Amino acid sequence: MKAKFIKGLALASALSVAPTYAADYVIDSKGAHASIQFRISHLGTSWLTGRFNTFTGAFSYDAENPAASSVNVEVDVTSFDSNHAERDKHIKGDEFLDVSKFPKATFKSTSFTPNEEGGVMKGMLTLYGQTKEIAIDVQKVGEGKDPWGGYRAGFSGTVELTPKDFGMTYNLGPAAETVYLDLNIEGIRQ
Amino acid sequence: MNIQCDAANNHQVGYLQSMVFHRKLINDQSSYGWGHILLHWLIAFAIIGLYPLGLYIETLDYYDPAYRTIPYWHKSIGALIIFALVFRVLWRVLNKPPAPLPQPERMKQLAKLAHLMLYALLILTLVSGYLISTADGRSIEVFSWFNIPALPFAFDNQEDIAGEIHFFAATALISISSLHALAALKHHFIDKDTTLTRMLALHEDPQ
Repeated sequence: MKAKFIKGLALASALSVAPTYAADYVIDSKGAHASIQFRISHLGTSWLTGRFNTFTGAFSYDAENPAASSVNVEVDVTSFDSNHAERDKHIKGDEFLDVSKFPKATFKSTSFTPNEEGGVMKGMLTLYGQTKEIAIDVQKVGEGKDPWGGYRAGFSGTVELTPKDFGMTYNLGPAAETVYLDLNIEGIRQ
Repeated sequence: MNIQCDAANNHQVGYLQSMVFHRKLINDQSSYGWGHILLHWLIAFAIIGLYPLGLYIETLDYYDPAYRTIPYWHKSIGALIIFALVFRVLWRVLNKPPAPLPQPERMKQLAKLAHLMLYALLILTLVSGYLISTADGRSIEVFSWFNIPALPFAFDNQEDIAGEIHFFAATALISISSLHALAALKHHFIDKDTTLTRMLALHEDPQ
């Protein structure tokens, strides 16, 4: 019993000290230093904005080797919030997100191509039960020690999505065929 | 006490006269007064109208000219029913309805249960409807006459949960209302009693 325990412990510590080329960060959704916002044109006259209030995720990032970056995010789609309950009910209903059937959305990155500002993060987005490849334009905002003994890195990103591609066909008009996601992601290094 | 004396006098007057001119505002032991009758039909017609309107809202296209007006009417009328219902419940508590017409004990109990469910489902439908539109703290605008404010608190996904309850409660309400109407017709045509006519103010039951 004891031998098994020590063996397990040894294995665990070996794994945890295994060399990592990128540091692992947990997205600070707890402290809400991260947000997933969206905007969509209203009839071509203005931007309607809102956000998903609840999500969790983690990413790996190393300034020395940015190409190895990766990210995983899980979004609670029921937390959709456009600051208007009747609209939220409509959007969460079966004409749009159908959250009773598809309460979770996930994003898993597949590749990161660095460029001068940051890079392009490609990955698979699962939304409304459909999985599609999307590309996130990423800008690095900054990284460094925080005042409380931790270390943080943060990025912003934008995504263009076409709800129709995911199977949401409700007609909001020609100006509203694209939804833009504005992402602000701060992670705390583990 | 005065009420009952008046009602008793009332019954000695000729049928035609008493039907329209001498019917009292309040109920007596054998007949409904105008207050109860009007409140009953006001709410009946409102829910008969609001149910299909509510279903229609779900089908409206974003570019439908009525996309904004029909929900507005639905909410405004619904909000007015809240007031009518509060008034009706007070009216009913303060002014006992007439004694039930004779029928088997079992049917009496069923009728009582149906009436109780109609009240409960009506309250549930109205409260859940209110909770949908006020889930974000917005008030409900009633025909631009006045606003009904939101509660100072809300629960998670309130608009979705209240929305589900609203649909099921309203559907149950309209279903039991239909049974209620069928039962009234059964009393009228099969039992040939005054269940329906006394709610239509067409009958003055002689004591």
